[in-house]
Amino acid sequence: MAVNAIDVTDLTIAYKDKPVLWDVDMEVPSGTLMAIVGPNGAGKTTMIKSILGLIKPAAGQVLVYGKPYAEQRHLVGYVPQRGSVDWDFPTSVLDVVMMGRYGALGWLKRPGASERAAALDALDKVGMKSFAERQISQLSGGQQQRVFLARALVQDAQLYFMDEPFQGVDATTERAIVTLLQELRSAGKTVVVVHHDLQTVPEYFDWVTMLNVRRIACGPVGDVFTDENLRKAYGGKVAFLSAENGRKS
Amino acid sequence: MFSSSIVRGQWSTLMDISQLFYNLLFDYTLRTVALGSAILGIVSGALGSFAVLRKQSLLGDAISHAALPGIVLAFLLTRSREPVILMLGALIAGWLATLFMLNVIRTTRIKDDSALGLVLSVFFGFGLMLLTFTQRLPDATQAGLDKFLFGQAATLLQRDVVTMAIIGVLAIALLMTFWKEFKLITFDTEYAASLGYPVRFLDVLLTTLLVVAIVLGLQTVGVVLMSAMIVAPAAAARQWTDKLKNMVILGGLFGAMAGVSGTLISGSAEKIPTGPVIVLCMSAIVLFSMLFATNRGLVWNWFRNLQNRRQLRAQAVLGDLNTLAMQHPNEARGHSSAVLRAMSTNPEGVSLALSQLKEQGLAQELGKDAWALTQAGLDEAGKTEEKEA
Amino acid sequence: MSSAQIEIQIIASIVAVACALPGVFLVLRRMAMMSDAISHTVLLGIVIAFFVTKSLNSPLLLVGAALMGVITVVLVELLNRTQLVREDAAIGLVFPAIFSVAVILISRFAGDVHLDTDAVLLGELVFAPFNRLKLFGMDIGPEALYTTGGILLLNLIFVIIFYKELKLATFDPALAAALGFAPTVIHYALMTLVSLTAVGSFDAVGSVLVVAFMIAPPAAAYLLTDRLSRMLIYSALIGIFSAVSGYWLSYLLDASIAGSMATMTGASFLISYLFAPERGLLAQARRRQNQRIEFALTMLTMHIANHTAAQEAEIENEVIHLNEHLKWTPQFAMEVVGTAERAGLVTQRNGLLTLTESGLQRANQEFSN
Repeated sequence: MAVNAIDVTDLTIAYKDKPVLWDVDMEVPSGTLMAIVGPNGAGKTTMIKSILGLIKPAAGQVLVYGKPYAEQRHLVGYVPQRGSVDWDFPTSVLDVVMMGRYGALGWLKRPGASERAAALDALDKVGMKSFAERQISQLSGGQQQRVFLARALVQDAQLYFMDEPFQGVDATTERAIVTLLQELRSAGKTVVVVHHDLQTVPEYFDWVTMLNVRRIACGPVGDVFTDENLRKAYGGKVAFLSAENGRKS
Repeated sequence: MFSSSIVRGQWSTLMDISQLFYNLLFDYTLRTVALGSAILGIVSGALGSFAVLRKQSLLGDAISHAALPGIVLAFLLTRSREPVILMLGALIAGWLATLFMLNVIRTTRIKDDSALGLVLSVFFGFGLMLLTFTQRLPDATQAGLDKFLFGQAATLLQRDVVTMAIIGVLAIALLMTFWKEFKLITFDTEYAASLGYPVRFLDVLLTTLLVVAIVLGLQTVGVVLMSAMIVAPAAAARQWTDKLKNMVILGGLFGAMAGVSGTLISGSAEKIPTGPVIVLCMSAIVLFSMLFATNRGLVWNWFRNLQNRRQLRAQAVLGDLNTLAMQHPNEARGHSSAVLRAMSTNPEGVSLALSQLKEQGLAQELGKDAWALTQAGLDEAGKTEEKEA
Repeated sequence: MSSAQIEIQIIASIVAVACALPGVFLVLRRMAMMSDAISHTVLLGIVIAFFVTKSLNSPLLLVGAALMGVITVVLVELLNRTQLVREDAAIGLVFPAIFSVAVILISRFAGDVHLDTDAVLLGELVFAPFNRLKLFGMDIGPEALYTTGGILLLNLIFVIIFYKELKLATFDPALAAALGFAPTVIHYALMTLVSLTAVGSFDAVGSVLVVAFMIAPPAAAYLLTDRLSRMLIYSALIGIFSAVSGYWLSYLLDASIAGSMATMTGASFLISYLFAPERGLLAQARRRQNQRIEFALTMLTMHIANHTAAQEAEIENEVIHLNEHLKWTPQFAMEVVGTAERAGLVTQRNGLLTLTESGLQRANQEFSN
């Protein structure tokens, strides 16, 4: 059997003495589209940040394609939350997308013609090529999101992490993201998405991890995305969703 | 006929200006001082751009105030007035202050504004205590330390300027070397970390460069006002451009302009400390930029809004005329402006809009107060409708 | 102690309390840097009023200064509203410009009168006792005692009368607005008070000390208590302590009184930062030490609980396995397992760990949290 894209074992993370994630295991087979779902404060973002080495775990370990993240960095692309940056920063769309190549470029080297071409290519894929020279403050929320996606695309990774890419975007962008996810899957890539909209989980994803500080469930959507698990993850708060979910599954 | 006094007045102003340039070129002191101010302006403008973008505008204020005890302690320990040594003291103190501040914010619930104010006032108070203590020492060779309060450009010597130039070139060179990395951590720190860049190290390096830029200006501008030289050039530059590179270059340019002009003005009159004059020159540049910068400037925006409004108004009347033409398809008849006013949401603007449309060749007056669209106007209206559909 | 010494300490203590009252709200409202801005810009108000009245004793100076303080706040907000610069930059642009004008005016035109830039920064507390107020020819104490006392009284009355409104407008401006308490009015009233306090104390202690007294004691008190009323009282007490100890420090070193007092406010903060019972660095370290073992115990029970059902239980729950999976050193793992056994959370058989009833309870408790 092929090596998993991600193996998280016994991951525990504490923030200022308070546990955010307790002893969580998670395994993501290569080539899946996986959603991480759970209520607010469940530790979803913390989970992917700790896989990316941005947060130091108190215990446990993370393997990416069987090795520590630091050795596999070149295989990973990251789409942070849109609100995490200042969109009034004086720079152009193309410039932001080219940042995706900075990791491969390494120290001191400047981006050149090939980086530019790769960035334009990625912008084309998300339908934003005509915006390349636009100042980033002039973009709508959905357009900002697509710029971030393009930036991750030029990383040319095997494994992508996306933190709430569907948050507050327009219908066009949502469709573009879904198409992109499917393209990535057919190219054999693995994508991990922090997701909020439970109703679209069975439609968009084939693997799901449910978190609520500890792991509730992790596996194929058909097996794991059940009323019982949802109730465990969300408490009584998803009662209104279960009918919907029952109809779909 | 010219009044001779005016001619004389102009002539003497001209003489003044040429005298100033002559002095700038050949007067040793003035040239030294102006050069020093230019260097300080370039470095603080360039690094200030990063500080402002990293939301650290007021950090400069805290660092510059915190430098004072460093300067006095450096003097107390070495009994030397060598600028390099005093600057080193300022650098260390500014650094410690920043470190202390960041730790207080990280480990307690005290927010950054309180931490800034705390460090600023306490370090500065401590510096003043040391300064007064030093002044009362029997072998008070300290004379001149208090010039660091408001700056005294006239005390700059050639070798000070050479030192400033070397440090300034080094700082700018580092900024250029790590340009890509600095840009990345300023825009998106976590993403930089995910790519494997050591963000902590880069953060420390960039902050150190900021401290260096501040320390560089202390002798000229003084600790009380140096923060303005960090914030203002960057704020002015931001109005003119949407590119980081241009912003940094412009920031440096503005800083240098303010530095040189401020030094010249303060040097031409008695009893005016340099710092405040440089700051005022810089403030003037900021004001001008905020008002008149293309794209972002307030006046520019006001003008653009006005034009947009006029355009929209004309468009609305164009649409109304088109509607009227459709209602009466086979007659080339005119419609009175009263009808158009009744249709419009902005009746007062109708006659202005009509004359504007006429000017653009989109509408014509068939008789007295009988308005209709021209062929071009009909085409235009058709196009607009298509776009809306 | 001479009577002059006592008077200086009393005046400084009054200033400390007068500054601490509005200072608490500045710190809580995240506007601490406005005190820095205002304490600088009021100078221009004083200078202009001085040029108009030609006197340093006119009450117009106070009015001019307070007005300039409010103008500063308005300018910062206007600049903010253009959205061309961020708020912190707006503060950093406004006050140096205004202060520069004041300094230039002073050095150019008022160099020979009693206004000079050193006095602005440092104050002249040393001379305060020499400036006596006379009533019907009788000496009733130094003038500064009355000006600063008046300011203190004003601040005290304001805080007492509007305590509820201030509290609400600070913690929940939206709710305050909804309840009709007009947070904007409260905001400007507070800023006027800050300006008045800055000017009133200015003459005695200088601008640096005003900022130090407004921020450092409230910041220190913020680490000591969660209650607003206590925070006000603690800030006042810390302010008085800093004023008195600062005076004696300056006496010892023959150095600037204002500088020494500012230094002492910093020292007070440092003490609170290190030793505050719950939020101090030491308490934090101690708590972390305690929690490390507590945390580890819970982690152990959860780990076992998580893996008991699974077929991998055999390997997962071996003691030696813990090092690898929970990233514990062998030594620490032994310590935790030992503690857990003594606490009756787990039992060990052949190097294999099983949860006891209370161990399972503990794990489940964490689950349900």
